[in-house]
Amino acid sequence: MTAALQIIGLPLPLALLIAVGVIAAVGYMLTRARAMTRAGGDARGLHSLPRYYGMTAAMFAAVPALGVMVIWMLAQPMVVQNAVLPLIPAAEITSAGTQSLILSDVKRVADGLDVAVAQGALKRADIAAMADDPSGLRETLGSVGVALGSDVKPYVLQAAEASRGLKTKGQSWMAIVVLVLALGGAALALRAADPAFRARNVVERGILVLLIVAASLAILTTVGIVLSMLFESINFFRLHDWKDFFLGTTWAPNFRGDSDLSILPLLWGTLYISIVALLVAVPIGLFAAIYLSEYAGPKVRAVAKPLLEILAGIPTIVYGLFALLTVGPFLVSIFGRGDEGLLGVEWMSGATAVLTAGLVMGIMLIPFVSSLSDDIINAVPQSLRDGSFGLGATQSETVRQVVLPAALPGIVGAILLAASRAIGETMIVVLGAGAIARISGNPFEAMTTITTRIVSQLTGDTDFASPETLVAFALGLTLFVLTLGLNVIALYIVRTYREQYE
Amino acid sequence: MTSENNVTDTNVKIAARDVQVYYGDNHAIKDVNVDIEDKTVTAFIGPSGCGKSTFLRCINRMNDTIDVCRVTGDIRIDGEDIYDRAVDPVQLRAKVGMVFQKPNPFPKSIYDNVAYGPRIHGLSRNKAELDDIVERALRRGAIWDEVKDRLQAPGTGLSGGQQQRLCIARAVATEPEVLLMDEPCSALDPIATAQVEELIDELRQNYSVVIVTHSMQQAARVSQKTAFFHLGNLVEFGETDKIFTSPEDPRTESYITGRIG
Ligand SMILES: Nc1ncnc2c1ncn2[C@@H]1O[C@H](COP(=O)(O)OP(=O)(O)OP(=O)(O)O)[C@@H](O)[C@H]1O
Ligand SMILES: [Mg+2]
Repeated sequence: MTAALQIIGLPLPLALLIAVGVIAAVGYMLTRARAMTRAGGDARGLHSLPRYYGMTAAMFAAVPALGVMVIWMLAQPMVVQNAVLPLIPAAEITSAGTQSLILSDVKRVADGLDVAVAQGALKRADIAAMADDPSGLRETLGSVGVALGSDVKPYVLQAAEASRGLKTKGQSWMAIVVLVLALGGAALALRAADPAFRARNVVERGILVLLIVAASLAILTTVGIVLSMLFESINFFRLHDWKDFFLGTTWAPNFRGDSDLSILPLLWGTLYISIVALLVAVPIGLFAAIYLSEYAGPKVRAVAKPLLEILAGIPTIVYGLFALLTVGPFLVSIFGRGDEGLLGVEWMSGATAVLTAGLVMGIMLIPFVSSLSDDIINAVPQSLRDGSFGLGATQSETVRQVVLPAALPGIVGAILLAASRAIGETMIVVLGAGAIARISGNPFEAMTTITTRIVSQLTGDTDFASPETLVAFALGLTLFVLTLGLNVIALYIVRTYREQYE
Repeated sequence: MTSENNVTDTNVKIAARDVQVYYGDNHAIKDVNVDIEDKTVTAFIGPSGCGKSTFLRCINRMNDTIDVCRVTGDIRIDGEDIYDRAVDPVQLRAKVGMVFQKPNPFPKSIYDNVAYGPRIHGLSRNKAELDDIVERALRRGAIWDEVKDRLQAPGTGLSGGQQQRLCIARAVATEPEVLLMDEPCSALDPIATAQVEELIDELRQNYSVVIVTHSMQQAARVSQKTAFFHLGNLVEFGETDKIFTSPEDPRTESYITGRIG
C-alpha cells in the first residue's frame, strides 16, 4: 500500500490527503446521483436538496479518515520512542537529561539513515554489517549532510534501526486504516442515500461538530500555554524563594548563580511607563474620538479615520526605533545637555528613559483608544443627543453632559484594554526604556520592564535548569495574570455597558 | 366644539412660506405654507410617513443634526427668519421646546433629567429655586406623585409612559415659548393622556403648542387649529371644528372618516 502510494513520488501524508480528497469527491457525485435515481429523478421527492446527500458522503469519507490521520501522525513518534527505550542499556541513562539526549541521538541517526538510503549512499546490507562497529557511520552520514555530534554507539544504531522499522510499519498501517475509513464512510453514506434520509440535518450536525472542534482547539491552546508556563514557574519556585520573588526589591541576575530575582523593580518600571503612556494616549485618543464621532463631517471622517488606523498598523519595533533615534535624542536636547540644552538643565543623560518609552508607547496606543472609544460613542443613541439639542444645549454641552456620561463605562473599559496592551508591550521598551532595574520616581532615568527582562533572560546561553532562566516563566506568568485580570474587568465593563442600550 | 376652543388671540407666532424639505433625493415636505398662532394649540394630523415629524423638526431646526436633510423656504418666529445666518439654533431651541416621538430620557437621575435645561440656561440662582423648578415641571408633566420619593433614581428605569411624561416635564422646565410635541401620548394610558391634555390646555394660556397626533379625538379635544398632511403636502389647514365637521378637501374627509391612513 505504502509502496503504491510512493510510486507517485509524493510524501505519504500528502498522497493520503489527495487520495481521501478523491474518495470524498467521487463519493459526493455517486451519492448525489444515487439519491436522485431513487427519487425517480425528481429532486422534490427527496427529503433534502440533492447536494446535501453528496455532502454527507464527502463528510463521512473525509472527516474520520483525516482525523485518524492527524492523531496517528501525532502519536506515532511517541509510541516508537517508547518502543525503542528498552534497547538502550540502563547503565547509560543516568538522568532524565541524558535519556532525552540519547533519544534525540537515536532519532537523528534514524533520520540520517533514511536520507542515506534514499540517496543511495548506504544499502540495507551495509547497515546490517555495521551493527557491531558503527564508528564509520558518522562519516557516511556527514557526507549526505547529516552531521552528528559524536561517533555512533552500537546500541544507538540498533535503536535507530528498530525505530526505522517501526516507523515504516506504522506508516503502512496508517495508510491502510485511513483509506479503509474513507472508503467505508463514503460507502455508508452511499447506502443511506434514500429519499427519506435526512441528509440536511446530518450536514447541519456535521457543521456544528466542526465549529465546536475549532472553538475547543482555540481554548485548549490557551490552556496549554498557561499550563506550560505554570509548570516552568513551579520549577522556578522550587529553586527560588517565592517571597523573595514577589517582595524583594533587587533585580540582579547573575549567570554564575546566587542572583537577586525580585519582580518589584520590574513591575514598578512596567507600571510607571504604562502610566506615562496612558497619560499621553487617553486624552489625545479620547478627544480624537470625540472629534471624529461628534464634530467631523462625513468627508473628514472618511479620511481621518483610516489615517488614524494606519498608526495602529505600524509594527511596534518601528515605534521602538522611533523612540531610540528620534524621540529620545529630542527629549535629551530639551531636558539634558546642561547649558547647550533647550532648558539649560541636566536632568536627562541618555536617550533611553521612562519618558521616552512612555511617550512613544502613548503614541502607539492613541489609535487603539480612539477607535474603541469612537465605537462606544457611536453606540450612544442619537435620540439622547436630539433630546439634549432639543433643550437648547450646545454641541460641547451635549458631549460633556449626555454623551460622555452615557459612554463612560465603555470608555473605562477601552482604557483598561489599552493599559493591558501597554503592560504587555515589549519592543518599544526594549529599545526606549533602558535596562536598569530600579524603583525610582524620576521619569528621565532609564528603567526596565518585565517584558524586556523576559527577553534578556531567554536570549544567549540558556540553561533551563537554572533559576536565572526559569525566572522568565514566573515573570511571564505574573504578566499574564496581570493583563488577564485587566482584560476580564474591561470586557465585563464594556459588556454591561453594551447591554444598557440593547 | 366647546367654547374654550375659540381662538382668543390671532397673533401669528410661526409663519412658514414655501417650505421644502429633502432627505437626499427624497422630497419629504412640499410647498408648505402655514401660520401658527400664539396662545393656540395646533394639531398636525395625517397618515404615517406623510412628513408631520419632519415639518415639526423644521420649526426648531432639529433637522440641522441630520446630515442628508436640506430645508429651503422661509420660517419666521415672531417675524424673525429662523434659518437666517445670524440666528443661533441653540438659542432658538431653548425658545422652541420639543417632546420627541420616542421617549428619550438621559441616563441620569429623574431630578437631573428635569434640571438639565434650567442648569444649562442658568434659570435658577440656587438649589432651592432649582428644586422648585423641577417640582413644578414634574407636576405639570403629571408625574410628580409617582416619582417624588425617588427623584435620584435613574430616569431610564421608569416605564415607557412615565418616561414620556418625564420628557414632557423636561421640556416645560425650560419655559419655552413654543412647545412642539410629537405624539406625546402614544405611550400613555387614558388617565395620563387626560393629564397631559390638561397640561396642553394650561400651556395654551401662555404659549403656542404644536402637537402631532394619530388620534382624531385627541386632535378634536385639545386643538383649536388643525393641519392635515398627506404625502408631504399640507392639504388643509383651518379651525379644528371646521376640519372635523366639514372638510373642504376630499382627502381630508377620507382620512378623518378612516378611509385613508
Ligand atoms: N432621518 C431621515 N433620513 C431620511 N429620510 C427620512 C428621515 N426621517 C424621515 N424621513 C423620510 O421622510 C418622510 C416623512 O417622515 P416623517 O418622520 O416626517 O413622517 P411622520 O409623518 O412623522 O410619520 P409617523 O406618523 O409615522 O411618525 C418619510 O418618507 C421618511 O422616510
Ligand atoms: Mg413622526
